[in-house]
Amino acid sequence: MTTASGYSPQETVARALAAARSDDCVVIAEETSSANLRWAGNTLTTNGVSASRQLTVIAIDRHGHGPGQASAGVVSRAGVRPDQIEDVVRQAERAAAEATPAEDADELAGPEQAGSFGGENRDQAGSFGLKNTDQPGWDSPPARTEIGVLRDFAATLGETLRAAQAAGRKLYGFAEHDLTSTFLGTSTGVRQRHDQPTGRVELNAKSADLERSAWTGAATREFTDVDVAGLAAGLAERLDWAKRAISLPAGQYETLLPPTAVADLLTYLYWSAGAKEAAEGRTVFSKPGGGTRVGERLSAQPVTLSSDPRAPGLASAPFVVAHASGSDSSVFDNGLPLSATSWISEGSLAALISSRHSAEVAGLAVTPAIDNLTFATSAAAPPALADMIATTGRALLLTCLWYIREVDSQTLLLTGLTRDGVYLVEDGEVVGAVNNFRFNESPVGMLGRLLEVGATVPTLPREWGDYFNRAAMPPVRVEGFNMSSVSQAS
Amino acid sequence: MDDHRPGIDPEFTALPLRDLADAALAQAKSLGAQHADFRAERTRSQHIGLSDGNPQTLIDADDSGLAVRVIVDGTWGFASAVDLTTDAAALAAREAIEVAKVAATINTEPIELAPEPAYGDVTWVSAYEIDPFTVSAADKVALLAQWSNTLLAHAAVSHVDASLQQVRECKFYSDGVTTATQQRIRLQPALTAVAVSDDGRFDTMRTLAPPVGRGYEFLTPNPLRGGAGWDFEAELAELPELLAAKLGAPSVEPGRYDLVIDPSNLWLVIHESIGHATELDRALGYEAAYAGTSFATLDKLGSLQYGSGIMHVTGDRTAEHGLATIGYDDEGVAGQSWDLITDGILSGYQLDRRMALLKGFGRSNGCSFSDGPGHMPLQRMANVSLEPAAGGPSTEDLIAGVDNGIYILGDKSWSIDMQRYNFQFTGQRFVKIKNGRLAGQLRDVAYQATTTDFWGSMEAVGGPQTYVLGGAFNCGKGQPGQVAPVSHGCPAALMRGVRILNTAEEGAK
Repeated sequence: MTTASGYSPQETVARALAAARSDDCVVIAEETSSANLRWAGNTLTTNGVSASRQLTVIAIDRHGHGPGQASAGVVSRAGVRPDQIEDVVRQAERAAAEATPAEDADELAGPEQAGSFGGENRDQAGSFGLKNTDQPGWDSPPARTEIGVLRDFAATLGETLRAAQAAGRKLYGFAEHDLTSTFLGTSTGVRQRHDQPTGRVELNAKSADLERSAWTGAATREFTDVDVAGLAAGLAERLDWAKRAISLPAGQYETLLPPTAVADLLTYLYWSAGAKEAAEGRTVFSKPGGGTRVGERLSAQPVTLSSDPRAPGLASAPFVVAHASGSDSSVFDNGLPLSATSWISEGSLAALISSRHSAEVAGLAVTPAIDNLTFATSAAAPPALADMIATTGRALLLTCLWYIREVDSQTLLLTGLTRDGVYLVEDGEVVGAVNNFRFNESPVGMLGRLLEVGATVPTLPREWGDYFNRAAMPPVRVEGFNMSSVSQAS
Repeated sequence: MDDHRPGIDPEFTALPLRDLADAALAQAKSLGAQHADFRAERTRSQHIGLSDGNPQTLIDADDSGLAVRVIVDGTWGFASAVDLTTDAAALAAREAIEVAKVAATINTEPIELAPEPAYGDVTWVSAYEIDPFTVSAADKVALLAQWSNTLLAHAAVSHVDASLQQVRECKFYSDGVTTATQQRIRLQPALTAVAVSDDGRFDTMRTLAPPVGRGYEFLTPNPLRGGAGWDFEAELAELPELLAAKLGAPSVEPGRYDLVIDPSNLWLVIHESIGHATELDRALGYEAAYAGTSFATLDKLGSLQYGSGIMHVTGDRTAEHGLATIGYDDEGVAGQSWDLITDGILSGYQLDRRMALLKGFGRSNGCSFSDGPGHMPLQRMANVSLEPAAGGPSTEDLIAGVDNGIYILGDKSWSIDMQRYNFQFTGQRFVKIKNGRLAGQLRDVAYQATTTDFWGSMEAVGGPQTYVLGGAFNCGKGQPGQVAPVSHGCPAALMRGVRILNTAEEGAK
């Protein structure tokens, strides 16, 4: 596809690299399209389609600095016309010339380096970067979504909303489909491309008096696999569970966390697992006296927390795309291949998120961030959530968590709320709905109190789904989950 | 536009803005839209981050695009495009019509908008002196590095994070009767010092400087310009000792305490427990599946006892240097100021044009905002502020009235439930109050309360001399998620008998 401005993203990358005068240059051209529908109280509230086109140029200046040193200038601009490409390149070069040497300065990856980190990508590396059989080639037009993706969904949703209205329930929710095509080129010859579909549906059902509420959500890549009527039926069952209301006080409860709640807690743990700050002694993964806790056992359960750009159904970019440097990301790492990484392996901390620079600072292997997360047990035949409920003596069953914020980074203590359904399970059955709670819990501490880990399934993190869409998690049974106070919210 | 204010970015005004609007609005009308409005936006932003005085992050971004919103047979349709051409504007109008047709299958409430006067062709620019984008990045990095090194020179400081975010937001809006061209400048500086002890304990302390709707003069106050800035030198001079004292402070004993809350902490409680709770779209349930609803439902307007009788809260989009201040909102409604809580009673809401008509308010109070051309406008938060007491007490006077309490400064952790009842906050510093005097810092403090109990416990508010405009760059709401900048002014305040938790004990349970 040629953009309205006349250049395809591939041509934009080529023109920007051709215009570059700096010692090295990285160009990232991205085309994003999005379509969404939102509804509340059984009717539409907002909707829209959007398209954007972003060009990021990273100029690297190795002159005027000592051996091995370099400075970088980053300029990102939307809607660049062909006649503006050179201007963006020059802006980045001026920024690089003004900048002091970058701590993370390094050589850019070349085509031959593809596969040099982790090994799993080696057989997929080509002279122009990664080949991925699920992805179109470099020269193919960028992918694009549009409102038609939601046409069949909207028709089914309309029927579902009318059915809910007739049954005295109110439905609220959101459906969104995004497609981003990323084209990465470097002056060292790397050309990599990744098309990322991201979709989700969230559905919230409430009783007519708004006193009972239930939620479900699903991530999807193409919307053909969304059963909105089925989701609504599941919520209707949960609203029925809530017809018996039970008041319970704050306290520590054995608690069954569904996959979405596990995803929210472990996603925050993942985001907090940076190598640099751990090595500096200021995170929960710092070892007192110096170093990190890598190698330390965090859970008695044989659980593994991992990311893999080629995980089935959760595929994400298999190479580093860094628009800016940060504690554990580096613009100098652009194009480095990503491979399957275990952050926690069989219960022990195995790796921390790092750039090449922060890995060196921390004395750890280079393991950059990857845009998906899986948590699973290696125990034989892990149970489904329904089976875990059936074998429960007395425990709380949560629907999801909300408004999660860090309270204490020393322990990674998080606070937040239960939301849209807390149920009491007694003798293997749900016996009613309990009031909501504010919790104060650490996901790291929770790993040490896992009583049971179920079967891993794809899930949508309720809290972090805006930013982190690709997760597979099990339900877990936690000993003494700390419900700090009662919330009046229903 | 005030004469003393700088003009709008000439690169933005040089765009064919009116041609784009004409193309979009004409296309929408020709295809049957009962209403159409058009926006074109350009937002420059720069983020600078330093770690231990060394540059770590420096990114310049320049986002632009256009948006068309229509009402077709009572249903919204919205589309945006990145190219600022008349062809792209007309195409976006056609796409918005198509979206409305697809969405009509799930719409049961016809959309109508409250009337608003026509303002013609108007211009508005926020109040600032120095556009931060006229200052070189090297100068900004050098200033942040100098400040970082000031902190690092102290033995108690192990690490320093420094950051500076700057935004120049240009918006063009037209609905055929009002055409508004506007520009806002804002920036957010922050330095965080980290102390790590030999036994592995660590703690942090961040500067109290708020994000502001000002220019670069905020970082470099000059008495010749009226000194309209933050005194970073003074704050950085005391930060290391304060951090060292915090790391060595005793852990708080949980229980109920009287609290004197500094504006640097209280603004966030206002934001979460009043600002969001008085958004009418929440009260009506439009955010029920995501951001949540509100306990302050419409049937309680005029009767809900929100807090003590000394509580008076306003909403406004007019306060000078306010982050939510604007001349005209994203529906062409002029900026206004109004009451939200009067003498402790719920007395108003934040509105957009649709809700204003739907619920009989007559006119919108101008709270429609979109964070960029790619998103449909939502009702977003105005500056929501707690009024000081005329001739009221100083912070020292408030502290003098407490036998056993805690003085809390700076915001840190925050969380509130989906109906805005139950909240928990921490802060940057907690100072014990004993018999009316400060008696050293405490650690591991969080306070937890229910909104109406908390505001009902407010015994006194400080005078105007204690008033500070705080706020945030990144208030989140809506799906797709949008961020909005917003300010909250408040005086220091005295609350009686608030529940204090020990966060170390909470983590050990």
